[in-house]
Amino acid sequence: MFEKEKLESIRASAKEYRERLEAQVKKRPERQAGFVTDSGIEIKTLYTPEDIADLDYERDLGFPGSYPFTRGVQPNMYRGRLWTMRQYAGFGTAEETNARFRYLLEQGQTGLSVAFDLPTQIGYDSDHPLARGEVGKVGVAIDSLEDMETLFEGIPLDKVSTSMTINSPAAILLAMYIAVAEKQGVTPDKLNGTIQNDILKEYIARGTYIFPPGPSMRLITDVFAYCSKNVPNWNTISISGYHIREAGSTAVQEVAFTLADGIAYVQAAIDAGLNVDDFAPRLSFFFNAHLNFFEEIAKFRAARRLWAKIMKERFGAKNPRSWMLRFHTQTAGCSLTAQQPMVNIMRTAFEALSAVLGGTQSLHTNSYDEALALPSDESVLIALRTQQVIGYEIGVGDTVDPLGGSYYIESLTNEIEEKAMAYIKKIDELGGAPEAIEFMQKEIKDSAYRYQMDIESGKKVVIGINKFQMEYEKPKNLLKVDPAVAERQTAKLQALKARRDNQKVKQVLNNLREAASTKENLMPLFIDAVKAYATLGEICDTLREVFGEYRQQIVF
Amino acid sequence: MSERPIRVLIAKPGLDGHDRGAKVIAQALRDAGMEVIYTGLRQTPEQIVEAALQEDVQVVGLSILSGAHMHLFPAVVEGLRAQGADDILVVGGGIIPDEDIPLLKEAGIAEIFGPGTPTTEIIRFIREEVAKRTQKEEGKQ
Repeated sequence: MFEKEKLESIRASAKEYRERLEAQVKKRPERQAGFVTDSGIEIKTLYTPEDIADLDYERDLGFPGSYPFTRGVQPNMYRGRLWTMRQYAGFGTAEETNARFRYLLEQGQTGLSVAFDLPTQIGYDSDHPLARGEVGKVGVAIDSLEDMETLFEGIPLDKVSTSMTINSPAAILLAMYIAVAEKQGVTPDKLNGTIQNDILKEYIARGTYIFPPGPSMRLITDVFAYCSKNVPNWNTISISGYHIREAGSTAVQEVAFTLADGIAYVQAAIDAGLNVDDFAPRLSFFFNAHLNFFEEIAKFRAARRLWAKIMKERFGAKNPRSWMLRFHTQTAGCSLTAQQPMVNIMRTAFEALSAVLGGTQSLHTNSYDEALALPSDESVLIALRTQQVIGYEIGVGDTVDPLGGSYYIESLTNEIEEKAMAYIKKIDELGGAPEAIEFMQKEIKDSAYRYQMDIESGKKVVIGINKFQMEYEKPKNLLKVDPAVAERQTAKLQALKARRDNQKVKQVLNNLREAASTKENLMPLFIDAVKAYATLGEICDTLREVFGEYRQQIVF
Repeated sequence: MSERPIRVLIAKPGLDGHDRGAKVIAQALRDAGMEVIYTGLRQTPEQIVEAALQEDVQVVGLSILSGAHMHLFPAVVEGLRAQGADDILVVGGGIIPDEDIPLLKEAGIAEIFGPGTPTTEIIRFIREEVAKRTQKEEGKQ
């Protein structure tokens, strides 16, 4: 970026600066013996053109909206349209969640994001013995198309975009969404949204898996293939670093492991006979925004550049849309404290700001009471207002990539990319992400432990935990899920089973069982099955018969 | 008195997959010299009781963030009692609302450690409680 002579002269004056710096430090020692980012990257006192002497603007940054997309995926980013403000919501029954959705849409939220309860995420109906105590707790309980119809009642599916946090049974929930849309008179080509559909991070970090990796990958590539023809605007996967980070990884590991998972999906789809440019433009990503402000901004920029290179160079994708890493961000749940919870509002605001400065397409801001309970109406509103203040009041979206060219940000972006690439190389050597699950688990576990020990030693300051502790008032009005949800849900399920055409259900499930053992695309069979009101549990049980279940290797 | 290390089972009951806390605690207890067994995810109360007996542990640590603790924590204590293993110390952690804590203690969970608890505090509690129980046992003999 700089002329050689200019660099020489900067180098000369830097020498003089360093002498003055040393004298200063000798006189007055610095706050800490050394400074590092959360990923352990050493932070210098000052960054100068020397630190990015090799940076080539056209090669490494380029212009927003073009390769390698370091500065963003659109030419004018937020000057055109702000990011989608998408608060994740779901609890209790479909009726209650529908009411929360309508409330959020009235308050100016621009996209829906559905949280499902754990039984739904693991493919059990609400009356399954393993679902006891869990129904409606961390999300909404969906047993059948009937629940999905209630969930979206009065919400025009051609007008909103919906993100669904569902992985192992993602294809089935998508089939339900398509069926609900059809009932509303909305054709699949009008649907916008995302299913998370990222099974690898479930094995690595989040735990809501059902089937072994092989059949799970097949369900994912079936969705890619089906949607590329029938639901062209749907984001068929959201390759998620979020949970990897929540499980304790560093920012560098988050980028590395997420992109390694991405590589595995692209490879699986290519191996299944798909053309990379047919599905790659619909791949999307999901990252965490943690507290180390500049490192997070650099992380998003590094991830975007690295993915562009991977798609172009490694997979030979030709369509520029295939090179583009588009992502949703959620602020870091694990950074929130139960102590002095109002301080979480500030933490979340800074994290959200880093996501916006990093160029996110969509954002969820956490509510201040989330270390205590599911968010209440009041806390979720403050979280949404946080995004609106960033979007409408402080002007950070008025120019594109405002920190681009910062010596520190560019140096950090380079360093994160390099270190992430080294991890990807290591994962390649292990045979790719599905083979490297335990390696990644161990790396994450070690980082989580180090982070906790840094807090306990006071090396890492957390206000309210190891510094500035005080008595504080606990928030009132914490959301409590009605324990009667499970009974209501079970009663509904029984009524449905008595009412539906059970002969038809048997038939669609038999068809599914047969197709599952062939290579046939299962999406049309899921759509038939959900329309016949076969339950999620019945459909998943049918697949369990054919695919078997995943057994976790305990890494500890 | 023998210096047998304290044996602990760390368990994740229910369907919740968030095991960062469980793993961090397991490693901290191990670093503090205890023998630690981690069950992995998705354990039923029955499986946890069985593992506790089989591994002959003195302590069971339960971790849950999904809100299913009122159903799953007491079930573990009851299961242990039914097997005559009520000398095993049961502690819990995770996102547990304040108003649930007295109820869980009544059900026999010795202590609940909320978010932000230093591992040193958990280690201290376990050591003290196990020492008390050992003394009681020795007193009986």
